[in-house]
Amino acid sequence: MPRPETADRAGLDLEMRGIVKRFPGVVANDHVDFDVHEGEIHTLLGENGAGKSTLMKVLYGLYHPDEGEILINGHPTTIDSPRDAINLGIGMIHQHFMLVPTLTVAENVTLGLRSPRGPLLDLDSVSERIEELSATYGLQVDPGAYVWQLSVGEQQRVEILKALYRNATLLALDEPTAVLTPQEVNELFATMRSMTAEGHALIFISHKLHEVLEISDRITVLRSGRNVGTIRAEEASRERLARMMVGREVILEPEKPPVEVDGVRLMVKGVRALSNRGTEGLRGVDLDVRGGEILAVAGVSGNGQRELAEIIAGLRPTTAGTVAIDGVDVTHADPGRRRDLGLSYIPEERMRDGAVRDFSVAENLMLHQFDKPPYARHGFLDFAEIRAHCDLLIRQFDVKTPNPEAPAKTLSGGNIQKMILARELSTNPKVLVAAQPTRGVDIGATEYIHRRLLDQREAGTATLLISEDLDEILALADRIAVIYEGEIMGVVDRADANIEQIGLMMAGIREEAGSTPPAA
Amino acid sequence: MAEFFTTAIIVSTVASTFRFATSYLYAAIGETFGQRSGVLNLGVDGIMLLGAFGAYYTVLKSGNLWLALAVAAAIGMLMGLAMAYASVTLQAEQGISGIGFYLFGLGLSDLLFQKLVGTPLPIDGFPNLRIPLLADIPIVGEMLFDHSIIVYGAFLLVPVAAFVLNRTTVGLNIRAVGENPEAADTLGVSVAKVRYFTVILGSTLAGIGGAALATELGIFQQNLTAGQGFIAVALVYFGAWRPLGVMFGALLYGFVAAVVLQLKTLGVIPLGASDLAAMLPALITILALVVAVQRERQPAALTKPYERGE
Ligand SMILES: Nc1ncnc2c1ncn2[C@@H]1O[C@H](COP(=O)(O)OP(=O)(O)O)[C@@H](O)[C@H]1O
Ligand SMILES: [Mg+2]
Repeated sequence: MPRPETADRAGLDLEMRGIVKRFPGVVANDHVDFDVHEGEIHTLLGENGAGKSTLMKVLYGLYHPDEGEILINGHPTTIDSPRDAINLGIGMIHQHFMLVPTLTVAENVTLGLRSPRGPLLDLDSVSERIEELSATYGLQVDPGAYVWQLSVGEQQRVEILKALYRNATLLALDEPTAVLTPQEVNELFATMRSMTAEGHALIFISHKLHEVLEISDRITVLRSGRNVGTIRAEEASRERLARMMVGREVILEPEKPPVEVDGVRLMVKGVRALSNRGTEGLRGVDLDVRGGEILAVAGVSGNGQRELAEIIAGLRPTTAGTVAIDGVDVTHADPGRRRDLGLSYIPEERMRDGAVRDFSVAENLMLHQFDKPPYARHGFLDFAEIRAHCDLLIRQFDVKTPNPEAPAKTLSGGNIQKMILARELSTNPKVLVAAQPTRGVDIGATEYIHRRLLDQREAGTATLLISEDLDEILALADRIAVIYEGEIMGVVDRADANIEQIGLMMAGIREEAGSTPPAA
Repeated sequence: MAEFFTTAIIVSTVASTFRFATSYLYAAIGETFGQRSGVLNLGVDGIMLLGAFGAYYTVLKSGNLWLALAVAAAIGMLMGLAMAYASVTLQAEQGISGIGFYLFGLGLSDLLFQKLVGTPLPIDGFPNLRIPLLADIPIVGEMLFDHSIIVYGAFLLVPVAAFVLNRTTVGLNIRAVGENPEAADTLGVSVAKVRYFTVILGSTLAGIGGAALATELGIFQQNLTAGQGFIAVALVYFGAWRPLGVMFGALLYGFVAAVVLQLKTLGVIPLGASDLAAMLPALITILALVVAVQRERQPAALTKPYERGE
């Protein structure tokens, strides 16, 4: 069996002392102390950009700290490379998955390890051991499947298996729940508990407060690279943690005044469409959204949400049915025409579909209208006008950027999302499709985005909110539609919604008679 | 026209298909390794030229064909080391630095030829090696089993390359580094080491490809390869980065070249149009490439230098 020599290592105690890591212009970690012991889950909590990932990368040998020391089981240790970290029994689940999509699960797991039959691969024995680990920790996944075929939740299981396969006894999980559904989060937590029961030490990174409270033994809050404090979970509350993170009081539940709904602004009728894999992604979807309301689409990821957003945005052809914006049939219209009719779109893959990484913030803000008056006249750009508009948006939407010329890729996730929001809302849209608008975004920015979406609702925009975060849906929606395998299982009014019923529909069990029919 | 379809002519056309495909195959299989790890080496043609000259000159001076092959391989290795240094360590723009290497090889091979040889003298290549029994099968035997060792070597390389890429730990590292170098890095796989290895291996094979060309033709002249190295790069795309696909590409190319040659010898193509006809194989291959290329199989990190912690 391909286990490294240190198979029966005892638990592992880690202490990081006074870690300083500077990047040009920022101190990402400013004398951070952090420790974690065997059998414990110690959470690292903080806004985007607080320095959590940096601290973990220092631990994993990807960054070299400018100051400070790392003690493993009391001994000062230098970790120069991931290989050192792996040999010490440290595993890392990175915020962005480190998987090779074109390789199988088994190949991904064994990558970088010596093979017992070297130089030949021995994927059978790898698969066997994966299956053992899967059974022990509740991490079901097919070792022979290609990673590109897996759901996000399954991919994460592969990441965890990679670490366990290397006999990691200390595992750092960098925002592992950011991409998971509530059910998957529960499964992950079960796995994490079984790991601590076996004596593993876990570092958990998140900014979802109820999750942090549920799973942690201790919680350390980072703000602007500094350790603001470490507290036991019993002493913590959502309000206290939010205050520590943001440095001020935070409104966790936004206010939602009643709004008079208007006519149907977005209509989707009998729409079918293919998914990227060529299967039926949407199988006859009917939805309508009225001005001044937020219709939320709930569902486990990969059930047609992405296809739904894309057929409305005009980025994916339909195979049947119609889409209408403000009463105009746009089923075959291009994205530009849809925008002209008043559609705005906040895409799920914000870095891929929502922003141009290498363009400046200003250019990204103007992408959709730089060619229209007053920003361009007779084919010439009016830079003064553009500049003024961008400055205004950056201020209005609180986009934290050194200057409007900074490339978009240098912004944090939350700020990129605010930038996209600024662009999409600056036209005061009639219809807004917001796909996972706060996924991977910190509390401060989430609070802000939620407020903006509610403002837009009051301004009469018809919003289709696609989200996997039930808290978000319950906080914002007027009506909730549940999607499962490309079909709408049912639509319920927010006032009548209960989590169990929505959870059942998310699992494919149709709404029973007696619940609210789609609003007339 | 009718005599074109005699058995003898068909046999000799197929046989020369394999011979023509040989030099491309060495270069293209080598290039496949580089590209699967994410490095595009556009300097292949220059390396082939240097390999070809090195082999030619060695045979001329020593008459030792194996030594010639070793010299060509060593030249390829050195060029590969330089190429890897440029694209991996210096993170040069691969499309540009490759052209630099090509021009270097083109110029240097000609300069050395002018200085050291001057007037081209023919050399003897590897003799044909008839494989016992197999070569006696009518028709097929002569097509497939009556070639020089260097031709067999090229075709044996194909399954070996496929095996290395798909079934060994080194191959897994290569594939991972070409798709997601960051993931490989976090698992302790040295992206730089893997890429040095593949680029050097690929260039070594390009050098051998050059040697194959010079020894099979028995001659060297300025720009002997006439762009073969570039076609080899195209064949890698054509073959969707799979050794077997690359081999089919090389055979297609070799076949068109063999047919054109046959038509020329038979006088079907008038002498005046022979330059035009010489362009046919390249044209057909490029067209096939445009139609057949499966972009989605392209290694995701191809041409992208890797730097930790971005
Ligand atoms: N490789 C890098 N180069 C420059 N700045 C970086 C780099 N990595 C992180 N930073 C900066 O360091 C700070 C902390 O980032 P990070 O550790 O990713 O925060 P978190 O994970 O808490 O969201 C941010 O301001 C970020 O922009
Ligand atoms: Mg982070």
